[in-house]
Amino acid sequence: MAKTHVTMTVNGQTVEGLVESRTLLVHFLRETLSLTGTHIGCETSHCGACTVDLDGQSVKSCTMFAVQAEGANLLTIEGIAHPDGTLHALQEGFREMHGLQCGFCTPGMIVRAYRLLQENPNPTEAEIRMGISGNICRCTGYQNIVAAIQFAAARLNAPALQEQAA
Amino acid sequence: MNEMTPPTAAERTEKLQGMGCRRKRVEDVRFTQGRGNYVDDLKLPGMLYGDFVRSSYAHARIKSIDTSKAKAVPGVVAVLTAADLAPLKLHWMPTLAGDVQMVLADGKVLFQNQEIAFVVANDRYVAADAAELVEVEYEELAPLVDAFRAMDADAPVLREDLAGKTTGAHGARKHHNHIFEWAVGDREATDLAFRNAEVSIKELISYQRVHPAPLETCQCVASFDKIKGELTLWGTFQAPHVVRTVAAILSGIPEHKIHVIAPDIGGGFGTKVGVYPGYVCSVVASIVTGKPVKWVEDRIENLSATSFARDYHMTTEIAATKAGKVTGLRVHVLADHGAFDACADPSKWPAGFFNIVTGSYDFPTAHCVVDGVYTNKAPGGVAYRCSFRVTEAAYCIERGMDILAQKLGMDPAELRLKNFIRREQFPYQSALGWEYDSGDYATAMRQALEKTGYAALRAEQRTQQDAFKRGETRELMGIGVAFFTEIVGAGPSKNCDILGIAMFDSCEIRIHPTGAAITRMGTKSQGQGHETTYAQIIATEIGIPADDIMVEEGNTDTAPYGLGTYGSRSTPVAGAAIATAARKIKAKAQMIAAYLLEVHHDDVEFDIDRFRVKGLPEKFKTMKEIAWAAYNAVPPGLEPGLEAVSYYDPPNMTYPFGAYICVMDIDADTGVAKTRKFYALDDCGTRINPLIIEGQVHGGLTEAFGIAMGQEITYDEIGNVKGASFMDYFLPTAVETPHWETDFTVTPSPHHPIGAKGVGESPNVGGVPAFSNAVNDAFAFLGNTHIQMPHDAWRVWTAAQKLGA
Repeated sequence: MAKTHVTMTVNGQTVEGLVESRTLLVHFLRETLSLTGTHIGCETSHCGACTVDLDGQSVKSCTMFAVQAEGANLLTIEGIAHPDGTLHALQEGFREMHGLQCGFCTPGMIVRAYRLLQENPNPTEAEIRMGISGNICRCTGYQNIVAAIQFAAARLNAPALQEQAA
Repeated sequence: MNEMTPPTAAERTEKLQGMGCRRKRVEDVRFTQGRGNYVDDLKLPGMLYGDFVRSSYAHARIKSIDTSKAKAVPGVVAVLTAADLAPLKLHWMPTLAGDVQMVLADGKVLFQNQEIAFVVANDRYVAADAAELVEVEYEELAPLVDAFRAMDADAPVLREDLAGKTTGAHGARKHHNHIFEWAVGDREATDLAFRNAEVSIKELISYQRVHPAPLETCQCVASFDKIKGELTLWGTFQAPHVVRTVAAILSGIPEHKIHVIAPDIGGGFGTKVGVYPGYVCSVVASIVTGKPVKWVEDRIENLSATSFARDYHMTTEIAATKAGKVTGLRVHVLADHGAFDACADPSKWPAGFFNIVTGSYDFPTAHCVVDGVYTNKAPGGVAYRCSFRVTEAAYCIERGMDILAQKLGMDPAELRLKNFIRREQFPYQSALGWEYDSGDYATAMRQALEKTGYAALRAEQRTQQDAFKRGETRELMGIGVAFFTEIVGAGPSKNCDILGIAMFDSCEIRIHPTGAAITRMGTKSQGQGHETTYAQIIATEIGIPADDIMVEEGNTDTAPYGLGTYGSRSTPVAGAAIATAARKIKAKAQMIAAYLLEVHHDDVEFDIDRFRVKGLPEKFKTMKEIAWAAYNAVPPGLEPGLEAVSYYDPPNMTYPFGAYICVMDIDADTGVAKTRKFYALDDCGTRINPLIIEGQVHGGLTEAFGIAMGQEITYDEIGNVKGASFMDYFLPTAVETPHWETDFTVTPSPHHPIGAKGVGESPNVGGVPAFSNAVNDAFAFLGNTHIQMPHDAWRVWTAAQKLGA
């Protein structure tokens, strides 16, 4: 099958590759780029294990073609930690609050929560629950995921609050 | 603090991060960074991909299979059918339940989406393309979908391979679609109890076919090295050693040349215990092609062909006195196993431990019969987050007790309190043959009633029912009470084996010279956090910080033989193996310490992280010092080194229990049921890590919520599986999922080295009846006795309509 050349930015790096027009974005990430943190759970965009951040939106990479991401700016779980290797507040929060068990949904869940907190830095519990409703977790019952996102929100908002106080 | 001040006992204990503390999980460091290592992440040079051609029909004869067009697709390396597997005798395989199962369709198909051919190509897209080009010519046969018609005289013959066989793996077969009859208890005494009963109830309580649906499907990579004659098999295996033994038996490859590796697993819930056709085909394909072959099941395949659970139809009868004392239990189960009996139960238990169905109550007599039948549905079933058939049993008795309470006009909590096995009766011999090790049911129940304000809830419910009758509200309130007793930790070799291998489990601990350690286990975590909790047990037992202990599972070359993780057996069995291995090390450490301290070994005692001279606490050797000495200064006559292996054969099962209370508000006009409150009290004996226990309870309750309120794998009248995708199959999201309140009591197991009982499955076992009882309770005042699960809005609304609500 004829191949198409694609170029995009993934976790701050320009990447390129030859893909079939039908190659799914998730397969391009996992198999061409070896970024295996993004998972596949259902192939029908219901479970959210494949969630990546694409041009500032949460996207399910199992139901998008790689060619559709031409020129896009992507963030995957591998790009969530800070460049110096320290963990993002969400990553800390998920560990602190026991927001994961088998870990399979976790990358998609964290990448989704990352965008949620960009959109709404101070979400209520109900807003968090609605905000992650496109991501299914079979292990945790969500309660600790909500707590993990609240932990991260508080951590991320702390400098802003300190500035206000000063 | 002065740097010279020695740490206090409390500080030393805290540093260990041992049992009882809320230790953060070590697994999370990799999982939160996308650095897990799951099967599909594996990429080997030259790796090929397998994909299945599956049956369009539920029941059909296969007239022909034409693979020529598929084989002509560039990139396709092989297309396997039963004809290719037959010379190797691998077109059928044994199941754990003593049945046999087709690997690839042999002459006929018996359920929709059954595996017919395995296409192997150099790319997963090409494999999928080519699978579409395999042409299968079918002759349709009459499908058998309704388990209640399976043993009709004119029911179609499903298993032609069993023609003339009047005996199966579990005794006599009374019909061509009959698998087994399993009877337990005293029939005559039970019949007598019913003849003499002042009050009795009888209800058909069905537990629908559901699917565990872990987020990661079943998958494997098989790599056969022709030169060495060695097979390496990576896969989603809850029981990797059993897979190795099965692979050796099936393939003829010597077991020492088979390397089975279970890397990180994305949830199992019972799905990943058995051996599936995809594994066998991948192994054969790798042997045939000489290349590694990866098989990754897609979600529709997973839901429609792999490992359903439940499908038990339980006719439940309870006899009692007018005063509400139970006098007898009689249950008949019609068990729908689908096309092959692929139950993942211990060999001698065709209905698992369903005979825990007397529950938490002191039944003087009981009798139970389970009839297993074949239908044209996917084979199974697995123990979905429960010990074998325990969740079916708990649902049966807990619904039954509610129905009895209603008939007696008693409060369901009061009826339970009246009939509990009392604390002083333990160890308790149940009417159906188990010896319950320990329990304190009344204390747990009373704590639950008090913490939830149960009496006030009932008062509120009565007020609301009155308002409903006056037409002032259309909302109904349901209060679900469930009290469960589980039986987990399979199991003692006297009655538990898998394919003849006793269900012990194992642990190897090696203490390195610097005092760090590695432990290798026969179990395999799928999210339970073994790497965290197992280290906590060792930390407390031998005084090495948990952070200095690496826990390794899933590699059959390095780990001692174990039976794997399912049926909440890891803590009861492997946890005990850890403690016993640790105690062997501790005993040797005591000898070394005494030698170093120049005293008799009876004159030293263990103290948190050291051995000290009795009466002279300032004279001690830390475990770190002892570890170093183990490699250079052991007492004469003692071998160097500090390691131990333990294979633990449990003397009994463990019996966790709990009291769950659920409050629901149900809209009679829409059938929508909202969970207002869910309280879960669990008694799992000694608590190793409360953080992880709470997480397990949250997760299990959420699965219970899914099962009770919406999950069902359904078939149409000709056996087409309906709803086998996440579009239709209900998995709760964060929005529907209730808030969970957890609580506990602690009744340690008297026979377990650390008193632990296991907890991972309790919430699924107790949660389902709590939800279902809440829904049924909401309608009880209108004359409802039992509404079948799942309680989705449509079914609840339909039931409400029938009751004139």
